[in-house]
Amino acid sequence: MKRLINQTPAPMLRVLLGLLPFVLLVLLYMFASEARLTENPSDKLLPSFTQIGDAIERMAFEPSKRSGDYLFWEDTLSSLTRLGMGVLIASAIGLALGLFTGALPLVSASASPLLTVVSLIPPLAILPVLFIVFGLGELSKVALIAIGITPFIARDIQRRTQEIPSEQLVKAQTLGANTSQIICRVLLPQLMPRLVDAVRLSLGAGWLFLIAAEAIAATEGLGYRIFLVRRYMAMDVILPYVAWITLLAFVIDALLATLSRRLFPWHHHGGQ
Amino acid sequence: MIEARNLWKKFGDKVVLERINLQVQEGEFVTLVGTSGCGKSTFLNMLLGTEPVSSGELLLHGKPVPGEPGPDRGIVFQQYSVFPHMTVLQNVMAARGFARRSLTGALFGSARREAREEALGLLEEVGLSHAQGLYPAELSGGMRQRLAIAQALLGRPGILLLDEPFGALDPGIRADMHDLVLRLWRQYRLTVFMVTHDLKEGFYLGTRLWVFDKTRHDPQAPNAYGATITYDLPVGKIDRDTLSDIDRDLARAVTETA
Repeated sequence: MKRLINQTPAPMLRVLLGLLPFVLLVLLYMFASEARLTENPSDKLLPSFTQIGDAIERMAFEPSKRSGDYLFWEDTLSSLTRLGMGVLIASAIGLALGLFTGALPLVSASASPLLTVVSLIPPLAILPVLFIVFGLGELSKVALIAIGITPFIARDIQRRTQEIPSEQLVKAQTLGANTSQIICRVLLPQLMPRLVDAVRLSLGAGWLFLIAAEAIAATEGLGYRIFLVRRYMAMDVILPYVAWITLLAFVIDALLATLSRRLFPWHHHGGQ
Repeated sequence: MIEARNLWKKFGDKVVLERINLQVQEGEFVTLVGTSGCGKSTFLNMLLGTEPVSSGELLLHGKPVPGEPGPDRGIVFQQYSVFPHMTVLQNVMAARGFARRSLTGALFGSARREAREEALGLLEEVGLSHAQGLYPAELSGGMRQRLAIAQALLGRPGILLLDEPFGALDPGIRADMHDLVLRLWRQYRLTVFMVTHDLKEGFYLGTRLWVFDKTRHDPQAPNAYGATITYDLPVGKIDRDTLSDIDRDLARAVTETA
């Protein structure tokens, strides 16, 4: 018998072992739900899969009685738009800030202390300020996401810029490169895959800020819907929404990872 | 062409190099040897412009060496000398783009075609034609250094600085690289400074050998004195006794610093 640390599962077994906890959770839920529903058929806490299916049918494939919209897709579209815009703005600003503070000591000297302080402000604490300044519309929600993750991206990119070996910068200079050429041709291309990594890491926080902002002030959106139906204890809507958000987060992350491998093959060869 | 007059280099209280006086003519191939930490790389960095001179003078064509790297002094480091996000061909072509006074250094049209032709020629010379589409991470250590040399040469430097360029290579590949460097040195009429910790490399390559070593020692203050050039020898006229003398001196220096 080998030591436990040397025992590795065969590929097939690995897949089964990975699926096992999911199956167990689903089974556990089914039994618990069934037990509660036999006791009280109008119990709302653990709806059966049929009830959840009905709720999905109602939200996603039937027009709403009030507005005639397909609420599920409306919610998804507006949430993804907000998240996408927030992340896009944060990446652009974060990349620029990180690149220039990382590459130019003079810029760093004046911008880095400010960036450090700003990154310590809890973004949710200034959400009221955003509502006051930008109103309750789309802008304040996008602004919250952007403000929430920009400092993280900027500081990550700054660190990545400084990690690029100084030998490369010296080499470029011995080939006659000026500052802007070094930024455009040596630093920026090497930072792009790192920007994708930073965005992937910050998406979790992005979702958090999105749902928080939607919960407080919105008229549609995935987070808005969850908090709205909470008043009726509509677990049959909340649970599929949460699962949908999780799936979206997973798909976006996988897409970004694939994009990075396609666009920056040199980054994935595994270092020099 | 290059002249040092009573050159000193200190890091804080620590004297690294002291009393260095020398003259180098155009076309010489100087090999710098010495124990690790003796300041030979520091000397190279002062020529490169990344380390300032503490006192004395280091002159290039009669003027102090500029305080930053420039296109007249090419460099090949032991590693990280090439751009990992460019293919082999792009790495070499990049030098042409950098030589233009533009914002991004991107090449278009005929300039791009010319740079491509020239880069392909140079890759042929260093034996990398077959690898032009690969990224540096896909190359072996020896190929990567060939690329670094080709890239440095496209900048048409008068001086080529090599900082332990073959330190990480296998002996067989190292011999190939020696041939390559000697050939390019003659062909491009370069002035070469090469740092190495392999004494034999210093004897085999080039026209001139410098040995960096401390001549003065204070056991109570090991940082009080720096290294200087203890041997400055024309290569090819050195007899066996001198070689073993240097060998012994360096061995002694190693045990003292240890």
